[in-house]
Amino acid sequence: MRKRALRILMGWGVVCALLAPAGFAQTPSAAAPEPAAGASSSTDLQSRMNALEQQAADARMAGDNAWMLACAALVLMMTGPGLALFYGGLVRKKNVLATMMQSFILMGVVTVLWALFGYSLVFHAGSRFLGNFDYLFLHGVGAAPDPDYAATIPQQTFMVYQLMFAIITPALITGAFAERMKFKAMLLFMVLWTIIVYDPMAHMVWGKDGLLNATAGAIPTLDFAGGTVVHVTSGISALVCALYLGKRVGFPKEPMPPHSVVLSVIGACLLWVGWFGFNAGSALAAGSLATSAFVATHFAAAAASLGWATAEWIRSGKASVLGAISGAVAGLVAITPAAGFVGPMSALAIGAIAGPVCYQMVTRVKSKFGYDDSLDVFGVHGAGGTLGAILTGVFAAKAINPVFKDAHGVATAVGLIDGRPGQILNQLAGAAIAWVLGIVGTLIILKVVDVLVGLRVTEEQEIQGLDLSQHGEEGYNLEAQ
Amino acid sequence: MKKIEAIVQPSRFDAVKSALQEIGVEGMTVSEVRGHGRQKGHTEVYRGSEYTVDLLPKIKVEMVVSDDRATPAVQAILRAARTGKIGDGKIFVTNIDEAIRIRNEDRGDAAL
Repeated sequence: MRKRALRILMGWGVVCALLAPAGFAQTPSAAAPEPAAGASSSTDLQSRMNALEQQAADARMAGDNAWMLACAALVLMMTGPGLALFYGGLVRKKNVLATMMQSFILMGVVTVLWALFGYSLVFHAGSRFLGNFDYLFLHGVGAAPDPDYAATIPQQTFMVYQLMFAIITPALITGAFAERMKFKAMLLFMVLWTIIVYDPMAHMVWGKDGLLNATAGAIPTLDFAGGTVVHVTSGISALVCALYLGKRVGFPKEPMPPHSVVLSVIGACLLWVGWFGFNAGSALAAGSLATSAFVATHFAAAAASLGWATAEWIRSGKASVLGAISGAVAGLVAITPAAGFVGPMSALAIGAIAGPVCYQMVTRVKSKFGYDDSLDVFGVHGAGGTLGAILTGVFAAKAINPVFKDAHGVATAVGLIDGRPGQILNQLAGAAIAWVLGIVGTLIILKVVDVLVGLRVTEEQEIQGLDLSQHGEEGYNLEAQ
Repeated sequence: MKKIEAIVQPSRFDAVKSALQEIGVEGMTVSEVRGHGRQKGHTEVYRGSEYTVDLLPKIKVEMVVSDDRATPAVQAILRAARTGKIGDGKIFVTNIDEAIRIRNEDRGDAAL
């Protein structure tokens, strides 16, 4: 887009150069009385130049805005129906609706919070840790871009795009306490979690004055699309939830196989597609960086899917469908912080590492410690997110994204392979802050919710299933003709 | 009148149905059931968690026939349902006291 505008401007330069001698040729013959006419023609040229520049800017905004609105819709699709189907298929039949509802209702809850004050807390300048209330009720968030974040899209587009991230992050946690949490308690937990954990973490990483901001922060951390903000925070909080709530009745003695891996396959495919909006959209423009992130995202998902399935094939003799789709999700998680910083081959490597590592996490590590992280949120998002944060520090390259510059504006090394080994420490610090905030924040919230409304359904309700006990409905009503 | 209840492999059901139709058995009731006899189940693995599934899917075919048709019907089922492997299923035959057609109250063989 910018190149095209330049070409048009250069074209105008040629036209001006051709016109100029004619102007000069006329001036002497017409002598003194004419400078007013000359001035008016140059003013005319100036105003036409201005109009042209405006048109070029408008054209760029139209292109970027179209892409970003589509990306916002794609990221919403990751929660509903993507995650709702992925998680819904993994639970038992009696909990399918309640599980899907836990994702779906957050599309309502988080949106309202975001509109009222969430966006302000994350994206208005404030302290290093949290924004302030100047954007309360979206006051001043309109069609004009906010050049601190995205200079070529209306700020409202940026706001609604970021909202979709705030929706899916708490929705990811629901997999950890699946099949046993009260609906009322879940709602209260999620409202508090969004305010106490998500908003500060997102401000620290993405806020222009945030502690971990890549270009201006005290500890510059690379997190292109929310590996730390979204996956590490949700993954570690999920583990805390699983430990605090305890195991499901009958776990692990009673079999609790997924009731429909078919639903999960559809959900995983929707997640994969939606992730293009999540990662490529994080370029916040429709330029070549979006393409690079798109390719990296896809490659990592593919490699991780093969990696998980292969590890499983070697260990248990069969490559399962659930393994292949879980691997793809693990790869997508791991590439999230790296998407806009790494080339295609690095993306393949990140995926190939993430698949088998997350497979070990959900099989060996989980069974060794015996916690009931029902749908493996920690194993995939917590572990995969932390791994991705570290690998971003290894593979990030200035050739892909010259994010760090020296005093003269010359791009400097970004990751370990590029020649900046210290970046890994920054990445670790970013992940560690997310771990601490996630653990402490979630523990406090769980305690408060437990005291106020109680976290778990009764044993009787749990055996009956959450669909009937919490919502008075059934997912599969076979008597209905 | 005899009631014949056959529990067969799902993969053999179509063959059983055609064999019964060939010898003129006109009515049957079919259900998808789960169960096991001597056949062992199988193991399913989801993200490393193993589950033994010992209730296997089978098809249950029920029909009531006149006494003279009972033996040919049983023979037809045996021919069609047998693969020779464990898990082929079982056939149970019982006596039936009465049969009544609800529409017009035909009784006995006439109701079949």
